[in-house]
Amino acid sequence: MDKNMTDLARRNFFGKAAAAAGLAVAPGVMLYEVQARPADQAASSKVRWGMLIDTTKCNDCNECVTACQTENGWGAGSDNEQKSSDRQKAQWIRKVKLTDKQTGHVQSLPLMCQHCETPPCVDVCPTGASMKRADGIVLVDKHICIGCRYCMMACPYKARSFIHEDLHNQKVVAPRGKGTVESCTMCVHRVDKDGTPACVEACTKADRNAMVFGDLNDPNSTISMRLKEFGGEQIRADLGLNTGVRYQGL
Amino acid sequence: MLLRQLSKRILVTAGLLMVLPFSINADEQAGPVEVPKARAKATQEFGCVAPVEEMRKSHMQKLLHKRDKTLREGVRTKDISLAECIDCHVTKDEKTGAMPSFGDDKHFCSSCHNYAAVKVDCFQCHNDKPENQNYKHSLTDNPLKAHHKDLALNVEASKKSLNKETLDVVTSGGSK
Repeated sequence: MDKNMTDLARRNFFGKAAAAAGLAVAPGVMLYEVQARPADQAASSKVRWGMLIDTTKCNDCNECVTACQTENGWGAGSDNEQKSSDRQKAQWIRKVKLTDKQTGHVQSLPLMCQHCETPPCVDVCPTGASMKRADGIVLVDKHICIGCRYCMMACPYKARSFIHEDLHNQKVVAPRGKGTVESCTMCVHRVDKDGTPACVEACTKADRNAMVFGDLNDPNSTISMRLKEFGGEQIRADLGLNTGVRYQGL
Repeated sequence: MLLRQLSKRILVTAGLLMVLPFSINADEQAGPVEVPKARAKATQEFGCVAPVEEMRKSHMQKLLHKRDKTLREGVRTKDISLAECIDCHVTKDEKTGAMPSFGDDKHFCSSCHNYAAVKVDCFQCHNDKPENQNYKHSLTDNPLKAHHKDLALNVEASKKSLNKETLDVVTSGGSK
């Protein structure tokens, strides 16, 4: 109890400190040090984007998956991929159900690209198409992807899928085409405009609040503070990949 | 004798039939390529991202450079952006009112690429049509407020103003 009180006091202190760091230039107008990255500036390694998923708040709803499909135009979000079988179809994010056989306890959680700090998919890529941005987002450069699918084999999370057929009417924000591998982009187009990934937004909108997105490098971000307070587990932590997506309550 | 004359006549007709389609085609292809009109947004000062002559010569270099910047570094300026090109340049067919796909002669990109027989694979992944078909960005002569601001500011003074000829091509189609 005491510890919680101290943490709360610390947080209040930081909150006030952050407000004090802002510089008042005019009544009602504040200049903050931390600003959205301008469009002409490259992503910086000072930031590391991450996600924290609270599995105790996640139940069998499918909002995050639907939102991702609509945003990026795969699965139900498009009329493409009619010829592919269910096992071939795109899967940027999916819901996984975990059942403890001993107790019968059931957990449900979304699983997608974990945006590892040392991604195995990048290690194995023969062309350099599989890449990690300075801010920790792992992407596929489809311009140079040859569709060998080594990365799909290397990924311990089965987070990547391959496009087997010609597509049309893709989303402008998420180009995707036959013969290339794809996976969760952490909605990089939104993040670059200071936005939140579609799945997190949908989860909050549906009042589940199971997903938090933010900067892992910033000790004052919600995600960092929650990780500090409650801790967060990595799936297959034994691989030492230092994933950007963390789970709470697993 | 009669048979010989008949076969001669058949040969001549066949020969004519073979030559005829080519001569008709040659007439059709001889004219300049009809480049579909962009939405009339170009202004005398800051129209397209660069003068037409420059864009024709180096649009691919610009796009190649930008695609790596965008994908790998997250630079998302509007100056050189394939989506922005499509938004303005791909327009509905005036006669049929249909939005052309890449490959049709009425599609801005393929109108030239078909003619020059240069294959591009941009549209295997990228959308070849504007997502919002009524898309329009603001028109302004003020370089600070111009839509393609960053590029407009970098244009050398000599290139800043588009000549009348260029502007005609940009806004009303046709080719030189």
